[in-house]
Amino acid sequence: MGFWITQSLNSLALGGLLFILSAGFSLIFGLMRIANLSHGAYFMLGAYVGLTLLQKGVNFWIAALAAGAAIAILGGLVERIVLRQLAGRTLSQVLATLGIAFIIADACLWIWSGDPIPLTGPASLRGAVPVLGTHFPLYRLGVIGIAAVIALALWLLVEKTRIGAMIRAGVDDLDMARAVGIPVKALFTAVFCLGSALAGLGGVIAGPILSVYPGLDADMLPLALVVVILGGVGSLGGAVLGSIVIGFIYTFGNALLPDLAYVILFLPMVIVLVARPRGLFGRIPT
Amino acid sequence: MIKRLISRALSGVLASLALALSTAATAQNEPIRVGFLTVKSGALAAGGRQMEEGLALFLKERKNTIAGRKVELFTADTAGQPAVTKTKAQELVERDKVQVIIGPLAAFEALAIDDYIRQAKVPIISPSAAAEDLTQRKPNPWFVRAVGTSAQPMHPLGEYAAKTLGYKRVVTVGDDFAFGHEGVAGFQRAFEDNGGKVVQKLWSPLNVADYGTYISQIDAKADAVLIAFAGANGPRFLKQYREYGVKLPVIASMTSVDEGVLKNMGDEALGVISSGWYTAGIDSAVNKNFVHAVNQEYKADPGYYTVGAYGAALMLEEALKKVNGKIEDKDAFMKALRSAAVTNDPRGVVRLDDYGNPIMNVYIRKVERSRDGKLVNAVVKTYGGVSQFWSYDPKQFLASPVYSRDYPPAKNLE
Repeated sequence: MGFWITQSLNSLALGGLLFILSAGFSLIFGLMRIANLSHGAYFMLGAYVGLTLLQKGVNFWIAALAAGAAIAILGGLVERIVLRQLAGRTLSQVLATLGIAFIIADACLWIWSGDPIPLTGPASLRGAVPVLGTHFPLYRLGVIGIAAVIALALWLLVEKTRIGAMIRAGVDDLDMARAVGIPVKALFTAVFCLGSALAGLGGVIAGPILSVYPGLDADMLPLALVVVILGGVGSLGGAVLGSIVIGFIYTFGNALLPDLAYVILFLPMVIVLVARPRGLFGRIPT
Repeated sequence: MIKRLISRALSGVLASLALALSTAATAQNEPIRVGFLTVKSGALAAGGRQMEEGLALFLKERKNTIAGRKVELFTADTAGQPAVTKTKAQELVERDKVQVIIGPLAAFEALAIDDYIRQAKVPIISPSAAAEDLTQRKPNPWFVRAVGTSAQPMHPLGEYAAKTLGYKRVVTVGDDFAFGHEGVAGFQRAFEDNGGKVVQKLWSPLNVADYGTYISQIDAKADAVLIAFAGANGPRFLKQYREYGVKLPVIASMTSVDEGVLKNMGDEALGVISSGWYTAGIDSAVNKNFVHAVNQEYKADPGYYTVGAYGAALMLEEALKKVNGKIEDKDAFMKALRSAAVTNDPRGVVRLDDYGNPIMNVYIRKVERSRDGKLVNAVVKTYGGVSQFWSYDPKQFLASPVYSRDYPPAKNLE
């Protein structure tokens, strides 16, 4: 019994991290139609920026928000300076994001050296708490809570605000959105900033669990891809569901069938791609 | 007439003799060309940097001269990728004409260039790659190792865990790749031969995102957990292990709590008992000088990679001295390299066995806080002259399969 409870909580905590990582990836993919392959690098860079702030004695939560803001600015610049020049050429844009990912990874190696470094979580969430007869780290419960708050905030933003309506319109039909006067260019920048901010924030939130090390970007990007393909591009609900499903598959796959962990992880993605190319909740085909 | 002929012949002989002597002299004056395969980019870059530091320190101490000859170093970045490693090894040998190679870092890189090394017949000293069979069932005549095999320090740890620590039932968690498999296998064999039982074996993928899955499976009624991780994974695992509030003591492979990662760890590492052929805490004059020099130059303690590269350079020096710097005579040099016995190594005396693998001390270490608050691996016991075959007969050892995920078979799983 304890096994199932702990592993389910593990799944939810991992799902929470995956949601913070992939929500932005999904929105950018949905609106701009490009798989932003530098998303994993933004996640890692966010973690490194957070690390530096933590080492300077900044409070954990402030460090997380500041890292998110820093990555948002970087994302905005990348969108304005690089991606906009390549507007309409999706493949070129994707390749450009891949190049940026490599540049960021090398810069991180250069600045922070290659040593793996764990981030220290907030003091208030240290230690383990008894949960139904077993012990579970408090910080992971915190991650589940943070992810839920972020999901709620994004849902309110996308469903209840004017800018959210514009995003939804853009995801559904970009040309029509443009025709009715939605400032698509500004929207692109805003969404790219938002997505990058979430990646940067996610890196810091994940830091106490994953640590930060060269290669973190490449470890996380495929997971974001799987989540988004499974859940459906550009759909917030899809990102929530995809994250939770992948969290459970990843955790239980590793626990029960460790030899087949990767098969179990990627098989659902392949099946969804074949049977339902839009993903479970998606509105546009990937 | 005859006189003139004789004198002409004589002068010819003299001339050719002089020519031969002068080429020999130039060869002796020319620098020795040393190739160095390291990793400057990608996930393994931290280890690569430490190897570079070890080698750079050595060359600085020797003022770039070994056995009376200048050294010219050619450094190549393999990015930790086997295919790149092969290209770089070829470049070093064919373009830069190196006479000996120090490197590469990872075992899969060493395996990738194994065929090429045989074919190019270039001596190579491994400063890090620990795959068992490189000096066991598939020895390469041109390959020697400055460090030990994956399982070499794990055999003594197995005995120590059973005999001294008195553990009966141990859970193992390791990286799911050859280095982890071999390390756990060596521990299991010696531990079970001394009456212990490995009751649970867990393997996590190298780039696993989350160790929570594995930590929550650990049998809470076992006596201890053995971890066998490399790179970032040791610290990542230990951090999460403590967060789950698991109380079992942790014993570990050398790289899990290596000085290279220990400097960024916190209380989660305290009390971990591990086993390795080096620790910055070895109490000898040679090592104290070495640690002091590394501290001065790089503001960090030397660990696995630093001492590996430094030890490889010492081994090269020892062999070169024996052949008076004549690295051009490949066979003599290789023979000298294989019979090298290094006495000024920070690890203690290091000599090679018949397979080109060191016989050396293995230290049981415990992570403690030093007086200045730094985490250190303090020596708690020294096993002298440990070979890769431990107490087993080499012939029988080599007749059984190489250590792996499933060998020796786990008969005591619960």
